[in-house]
Amino acid sequence: MRMLRRLLLRLGQAIPVILVVAVLAFFLMHLLPGDPAAVIAGPEAGAEAVERIRRQLGLDRSIPEQLLVWLWHLAQGDFGTSIIHNQSVLQALADRMPVTASLTLVAFAMTIPIGIVLGVAAAKFRNTWVDSAVMLMALIGVSVPGFWIAILSVILFSVTLGWLPASGYVPLSEGVWPWLRALIQPAAMLALFQIGFLARMARSATLDVLDQDYIRTARAKGVSEWRTIAKHAFRNTLIPVVTTTGIILSLLMGGSVVIEQVFAMPGVGRLIVQAILTRDYPMVQGTLLALAFLFVAINLMVDIVYTWVDPRVRYD
Amino acid sequence: MTEAPAEFLAPRRRFQVLRRLARHRSFRIGFVIVVLLTLAAIFAPLITSFDPTAMRARIRFRPPQEAYWFGTDNFGRDVFTRCLYGARLSLTIGLGVALLSGVVGTAAGIVSAQFRRLDAMIMRLMDGLMAFPAIILAIGLAAAMGPNIGSLIVALSVAYIPRTARIVRASALVVRELEFVDAARVSGASSLRIIWKHLLPNCMGPLLVQLTFVFAYAILAEAALSFLGIGPPPPAPSWGNIIAEGRDQAVDAWWIMFFPGLAISLATLGMNLLGDGLRDVLDPRLKVET
Amino acid sequence: MTTPLLAVRDLTVQFRTDAGWLTAVENVGFELGAQETLGIVGESGSGKSVTALSLLGLHAASTTRLPTGSIDYAGQNLLKLPERAMRRIRGGEIAMIFQDPMSSLNPVLTVADQISETVMLHQGLDRAAARKRAVGLLDMVRIADAAHRVDAYPHQLSGGMRQRVMIAIAIACRPKLLIADEPTTALDVTIQAQILDLLRELQAELGMSVILISHDLGVIAEFARRVMVMYAGRVVEAAPSRALFRQPMHPYTSGLLAAIPPLDHDVTRLSTIAGSIPDPARRIPGCRFSPRCAEVEAACRETAPDLVTVGAGHLARCPPRLHRMAAP
Ligand SMILES: Nc1ncnc2c1ncn2[C@@H]1O[C@H](COP(=O)(O)OP(=O)(O)OP(=O)(O)O)[C@@H](O)[C@H]1O
Ligand SMILES: [Mg+2]
Repeated sequence: MRMLRRLLLRLGQAIPVILVVAVLAFFLMHLLPGDPAAVIAGPEAGAEAVERIRRQLGLDRSIPEQLLVWLWHLAQGDFGTSIIHNQSVLQALADRMPVTASLTLVAFAMTIPIGIVLGVAAAKFRNTWVDSAVMLMALIGVSVPGFWIAILSVILFSVTLGWLPASGYVPLSEGVWPWLRALIQPAAMLALFQIGFLARMARSATLDVLDQDYIRTARAKGVSEWRTIAKHAFRNTLIPVVTTTGIILSLLMGGSVVIEQVFAMPGVGRLIVQAILTRDYPMVQGTLLALAFLFVAINLMVDIVYTWVDPRVRYD
Repeated sequence: MTEAPAEFLAPRRRFQVLRRLARHRSFRIGFVIVVLLTLAAIFAPLITSFDPTAMRARIRFRPPQEAYWFGTDNFGRDVFTRCLYGARLSLTIGLGVALLSGVVGTAAGIVSAQFRRLDAMIMRLMDGLMAFPAIILAIGLAAAMGPNIGSLIVALSVAYIPRTARIVRASALVVRELEFVDAARVSGASSLRIIWKHLLPNCMGPLLVQLTFVFAYAILAEAALSFLGIGPPPPAPSWGNIIAEGRDQAVDAWWIMFFPGLAISLATLGMNLLGDGLRDVLDPRLKVET
Repeated sequence: MTTPLLAVRDLTVQFRTDAGWLTAVENVGFELGAQETLGIVGESGSGKSVTALSLLGLHAASTTRLPTGSIDYAGQNLLKLPERAMRRIRGGEIAMIFQDPMSSLNPVLTVADQISETVMLHQGLDRAAARKRAVGLLDMVRIADAAHRVDAYPHQLSGGMRQRVMIAIAIACRPKLLIADEPTTALDVTIQAQILDLLRELQAELGMSVILISHDLGVIAEFARRVMVMYAGRVVEAAPSRALFRQPMHPYTSGLLAAIPPLDHDVTRLSTIAGSIPDPARRIPGCRFSPRCAEVEAACRETAPDLVTVGAGHLARCPPRLHRMAAP
């Protein structure tokens, strides 16, 4: 019951955020220097074409009016329409999302166990070579530009060794293995930074937990060192870690924009980049907004997982 | 208790902090890396005699050798020289983002903490900004404002302001509740004075740590945006756009994209080490923040 | 007394700190027979907990120099015991409860989980039997409605109840020795008395030996037959409690006695000994108590006094006092 109430509370808190996000996305278009219609139409366009775009986007109305129209359309699930392909933003997203979602989720599935295991191991073997090695790797992970290491990786594993495809995406419908084979390299490159990030964070969380009195209690009960970590420390370590999974997913999704570019994967990231390069601003605006909504939803889910991990939240 | 706790700006403590930093291993390594890179950027014209943008058709695609340490690119430009000059742009962007997001984030955080009526509004705005993945928000903003350094700095700053504001607000809220601040308020100190004397000094530690990391993220993000074609436009070199330009030759002339990437990694590593050191010394409780 | 259950000799424990090796406990020794009770008293930082944790080998290996001396328990030296064997002793033969019941229980595990773990581990009970045992143990430590409370998480219990749960965990395997490290310091006075009564009853019921650690000589006096007073990592006086009360042979003990709060007051601070316990990193020449001692003599600051027998079962580390007593 409490959990339900908490969930409703969180939903209530998410509503103003959603509104703010919608308004922010609206003003994105008005950041364009000068006349947005002219910018969108491009330098070669004639006055007539500019006028047409102005009318098409409703830019001939006053700003408050435009904002209301924008919100009204959103409320009906209309995120706008591309001015290049005459395709709705949601349709374009639906076409591209499977690619980005696959990439992000596979990277996430790599990040979480590897990051946590490395972090916990570093904490367990604090001040030994294990700790130093893990922390050095983690530091390199958060310092190296992902797309750069991805290009190097392609040169090594795809071009030179020929083990993995250098680019492209294979839908899941063509089989799990082809799908995974195409995703392994990009997902690993995408996960690199997050693994470093999570390992650092899990290490400090575990060190905090290992310092707690209840760990000493467990040892005083005669619980083995391994079990102390696995049973008594781990669940407590997870509590701060779970709160960062939302950030991690968000960072992964952000990073996928760049990784999709390296591996020529037709995902949401490429959609955004192409839209920017073709000055298809309604598309940019709509996709950004949709992604932000997605994250509000993800953070809600993280919150549910959190209540499940921490009994103190679950009950009061 | 009427005395302020050990504040970051108090001379005695400042000295102690400096001494502990000087003894911190990763801080020292990071400090040396960052100083060396900064010097290299400033004195680029003294270190190399080449012009970073002049094209020379006869020496295209030279691999690394004695005359061209990092080789030459498809226009015959010296990659080492371009990396040196690129450091100027990349470090400027990093510094600019750290400063701008620092100033605005601090202002937002302090105002939130001190004037509770504005708190909810400012924080919802920050939540809204944070709902966008940082790099995607920066891409959208940079694209909207046009490809130049200024808009890139603004775009990346906006992306990192919310986190900075949250950290500042949290530290300011802690002091706000302390007795000596209450005492100051009761004895009629103005809001401005409370902010200046009590809230700001207490935020300095966590803020500095956060900004060091922001600097590192900004360097990485600049590179990513340049790679996507939304960064500072060529021919003026930035680490990011050298990689972007060298990408097509990555297989045959790996050195064009390899060395600037190394430079980015080194700069980011330096800032991260610096940040780790600052965090250990200034604010041991702070967790890694993005 | 025949062979004691526990005999500690010359126990010395050192920790690595930023400022070098720190000696937290030096040459501590005592004996404890079956079903006996020993009180250890001293101000904060005097080394009581370090001594207690040494008995279970619970110091972090990475920052602790291997403790020297010996801890003889049931014919074996615990300091030399391999880790596996030591684990069987922990919680099985020697159990411990800690000062702060708020933080000593794992917040993400239920009371049932935390109690059953011990019996499953040491007595090989299965989950269902262990749970039944857990309920029985909660009854034993007088927690009402044990069948329901067993499924609670620690944050749902009051401080006093959590300490009862800690006690239930400790006695779960009927240990021969129970170490209670300031079990009541974090609780308010009325609860303190209840917990001490409970410990006393359980001791009688289960026939355990108990080491009770406290700041408060008053608590110790009520509870223990024999008292050991520690100061700055050393034993300064050890005696049967009656003798200690009748005739303290160390000025520090006198100070602690004077600081016992009157029965109807909740005073926890020691108010009569001026100054505070020295930083263990600082070496004090001669007697370590001399900087705070009202009866200090020149010799005290030069030579460190030995612990000498001053009466039947009564040891103390203060030659001037002994001389004054001897020469009327
Ligand atoms: N793991 C450790 N590392 C370094 N120093 C330690 C460690 N454990 C204890 N000490 C130091 O040893 C000294 C004795 O500590 P101990 O915990 O035994 O005191 P105590 O008598 O139990 O005090 P309290 O009444 O506060 O519990 C203290 O100065 C303490 O700082
Ligand atoms: Mg203690």
